[in-house]
Amino acid sequence: MKTSEGTIGKMKRIPRDHKVRRFHQAKWDEPVIFELSQPGERGVEVPPVEPQIVETVGDGISQLPDSLRRKKRPNLPEISQYRVIRHYSRISQEVLGSDFNVEIGQGTCTMKYSPKINERFVRSPKMAELHPLQDESTVQGMLEMTYQLDLYLREISGMDKFSFQPGSGTQALFTQASIVRKYHESRGEGEQRNEFITTHFSHPSQAATAAVKGFKIIYVPADENGYPDLEALKGLVSERTAAFAVANPEDTGIYNSRIKEFTDVVHAAGGLCCYDQANANGLLGITRALEAGFDMCFFNLHKTFSVPHACGGPATGAIGVTAELAPFLPGPIVDFDGERYFYKRDLKNSIGKVRSFYGVPPAVLRSYAWVRALGADGLREVAEIACLNNNYLYHKILQIRGASAPYIQGRRLEQVRYSWQQLKEDTGITTYDVQRRMVDFAHHYWTSHHPYVVPEPFTLEPTESYSMAELDEYIAALTHISQEAYENPEIVKTAPHNSTGHRVLESVLDDPDQWCITWRAYLKKTAQN
Amino acid sequence: MSVQRYAHPYIPNSAPAVKEKMLAEIGFSSIEDIYADIPGELRLKEKMNIPKALTEYELERHVNQLMNKNQTTKENISFLGAGCWPHFVPAVCDEINSRAEFVTAYAGEPYEDKGRFQALFEYQSLVAELVDMDVVNVPTFDWAQAASTALRMAARITNRTELLVSKNIHPDKLLIIKNYTSPDLTVTLIDFENETGRLDLNDLKAKLSVDTAAVYFENPTFLGSVEVHGQMIADLAHAAGAICVVGVDPISLGVMESPANYGADIVCGDLQPLGVHMHYGGGQSGFIATHDDPTYVMEYPSRLFGIAPTEVEGEYGFGDVAYDRTSFAKREKGKESVGTQTALWGITAGVYLATMGPVGMEEVGQGIMQRSQYAAKQLSSIPGAEAKFSAPFFKEFVIDFSQTGKTVKDINAALLAKGIFGGVDLTEHYPELGQCALYCVTEVHTQEDIDTLVAAIKNIV
Repeated sequence: MKTSEGTIGKMKRIPRDHKVRRFHQAKWDEPVIFELSQPGERGVEVPPVEPQIVETVGDGISQLPDSLRRKKRPNLPEISQYRVIRHYSRISQEVLGSDFNVEIGQGTCTMKYSPKINERFVRSPKMAELHPLQDESTVQGMLEMTYQLDLYLREISGMDKFSFQPGSGTQALFTQASIVRKYHESRGEGEQRNEFITTHFSHPSQAATAAVKGFKIIYVPADENGYPDLEALKGLVSERTAAFAVANPEDTGIYNSRIKEFTDVVHAAGGLCCYDQANANGLLGITRALEAGFDMCFFNLHKTFSVPHACGGPATGAIGVTAELAPFLPGPIVDFDGERYFYKRDLKNSIGKVRSFYGVPPAVLRSYAWVRALGADGLREVAEIACLNNNYLYHKILQIRGASAPYIQGRRLEQVRYSWQQLKEDTGITTYDVQRRMVDFAHHYWTSHHPYVVPEPFTLEPTESYSMAELDEYIAALTHISQEAYENPEIVKTAPHNSTGHRVLESVLDDPDQWCITWRAYLKKTAQN
Repeated sequence: MSVQRYAHPYIPNSAPAVKEKMLAEIGFSSIEDIYADIPGELRLKEKMNIPKALTEYELERHVNQLMNKNQTTKENISFLGAGCWPHFVPAVCDEINSRAEFVTAYAGEPYEDKGRFQALFEYQSLVAELVDMDVVNVPTFDWAQAASTALRMAARITNRTELLVSKNIHPDKLLIIKNYTSPDLTVTLIDFENETGRLDLNDLKAKLSVDTAAVYFENPTFLGSVEVHGQMIADLAHAAGAICVVGVDPISLGVMESPANYGADIVCGDLQPLGVHMHYGGGQSGFIATHDDPTYVMEYPSRLFGIAPTEVEGEYGFGDVAYDRTSFAKREKGKESVGTQTALWGITAGVYLATMGPVGMEEVGQGIMQRSQYAAKQLSSIPGAEAKFSAPFFKEFVIDFSQTGKTVKDINAALLAKGIFGGVDLTEHYPELGQCALYCVTEVHTQEDIDTLVAAIKNIV
């Protein structure tokens, strides 16, 4: 092939002044995996059994009574290895993980950089090939990291002991509710204290897990500035109060500076105070659970402490408690006698267990490595930059036509719950329409948890991981869509246009006659077509 | 020499010039202005006692030094199972499991994360073939929580409050079930037969009542025995108006019948055997399966991904089935609670099943049965050691060392000195069994591994 030096020399620098990204997501038109099946193909061979074993025991399966012998092989697809790889690689390209997009649109989830070195650590056999029931002498490295991370989280929170057993924030909330119940039972007030007070800006699991533990859920309303209403709380507490559970800042990004008064009111009524620290990212090294009067708190290691979210787990909700509540933790917990690390199993009032073995140790390892990569100063820098990024974003978004941030004005901590109410009134474009249009510019955008206390909501949380240019890109996309909404709403309403798929006919998913939760169900329900 | 840091590699905007520019843009004089709402008495005055930052190279050395204090099941010969099992993980599983798209994704919409929805729909569909049922959920935390939720589902469906649970389940699982089902449901244990290790049918009959919401048993049981009376247990449960919930090790289903075909209404289990490394117990991941009956589907708290048409002909779309069931939509009025669970393990299990195919699953199941029977036979040939239960088993079995005069603890300590992790010591949780250990043998064990173990124990006892 001929090339001309002159032509290359004249190649123009591509201008980068366009406001939104020119983007089209990969679309592979990839079949569902069953459609790839070719009878006779296989993806991997299984380890062969030595002849002497066969000679000694025969076919092995004759031991099973007929009633328990599988009659028909499972109808799994038959696919050679390279085809399996290509199938999954293709559909993986139809996923926008945070390594690909400016993932600030998933507020309340603290999407941040998950350092690659940490992935190397956890994929090492030194982590991946450990069995949870190995002798303690053979896992001293793992136990040491667990114990040290406990010490660091104590520094960050002021609590006295952490357990890493809960498998997520939801399970940490469940653990808190379990401890609350057990605590009151241990004092003979189990029956009496059956009310759990929370807020609408807390995670839905806050209320849901407390309900699983048999509590009646009571909501403290927000006042006109977005704070939980202290006067209302005073009217709600009583000898029936088991606990008050709240995030601070809540998902609005508003920090309640009177929080100590709240915890005092609840304590005076005999209740416990549980701190949901899912939004801790802006507070590292700044303020702690202990001084605010909480008896327990938890950190999502997959949020604040950089564990990747992995499409929705595995994760960890590290739960910390004061010394008084330490005997209630799920066991065992790691301890150190000055020479060796070991499991402490005799927790007098333990709630038992919430997750098998010790939870998700790879999450502990990653978090340990992340804390060591930052140090005390770095952790504070994380908090400060996360808050700086958020206030920068907040400042700019309030300049977009149709957008607002209800409640107190001026500053927020690490995230903000915004509203497109004005945009909807002016143009008919809803937050869902914006969501689908953002995809066209390679941005994830999440509306908010239910119920929508803020109308037409969206919650953004920029964390410390994104550069100013990336924040500007996200802002530019929202600005662009707002402009489209006012000038050409049709293009927003019919979005997405540049993504892998088009609008899903959702009514099918709610109709028992039409929903198909597996491929075999799909084949049955569409057989007549 | 310490590194002069002006911006941390993980924090782009910590560069001082950028910081100044951004502050100026929003009209703040310093970061302190942002924290003005946090009162002085709540501010952390002292610096946290956390070591100073390490560079990536320093971190790598440091963490590797710590990890080198661990001895793995690959560097030793391990016969540990008991809810977390060593199985062969095809490289394909690791490859897909480590793709950044999947590792760093979270809660995207069906439009930008279509691949995630498809991968999880496929996982559901692949497990559905294995268990021969039409509905499978996006994974729960682990088997224990899957069982807990299955039992709560049964209680809601029957509007009853008593759960009958076979005593031969993992003791930790029982703790988790009790925690997830109290205070509104009660758990009553059903005995097992000393001779076979299987559920005691007479005890079951005596305890079934009009309050029984569900009967839960496992196949194979925690103690390894295959439960041959599955259909009878299910029939007894149904006759009493209760729901039959069966826990299953999915890697057994290449050769064993699915519980769906001997009366189970809900099947649950752990996905870890399907292509997920043990991760020191962090590889656990639960699944729940049912028939496509709206009464059951509407009681799942989990996300259920379904396939649906899009507005463009010739295109598959995916989305949440009956989302309004969930606590995401209804908070405390939804079914239990849902949040981040173990989606990546589910995707990986799907890759495993697609790679193994029907023949691979049959072969691996048969190979496990052959090796475990060989191991049990050889171990039983050791004077004083014998298989505790007479029932057939799949991959785990109990060896009773009582007659050797040695404790399991002593035997395991001596084995450890030879680089062998012996079977799980059952004396704490099942003192009534005597000096018993639960051995796990799978397709990863060679004849040489097993012979080495047997020779070592012969020397010890």
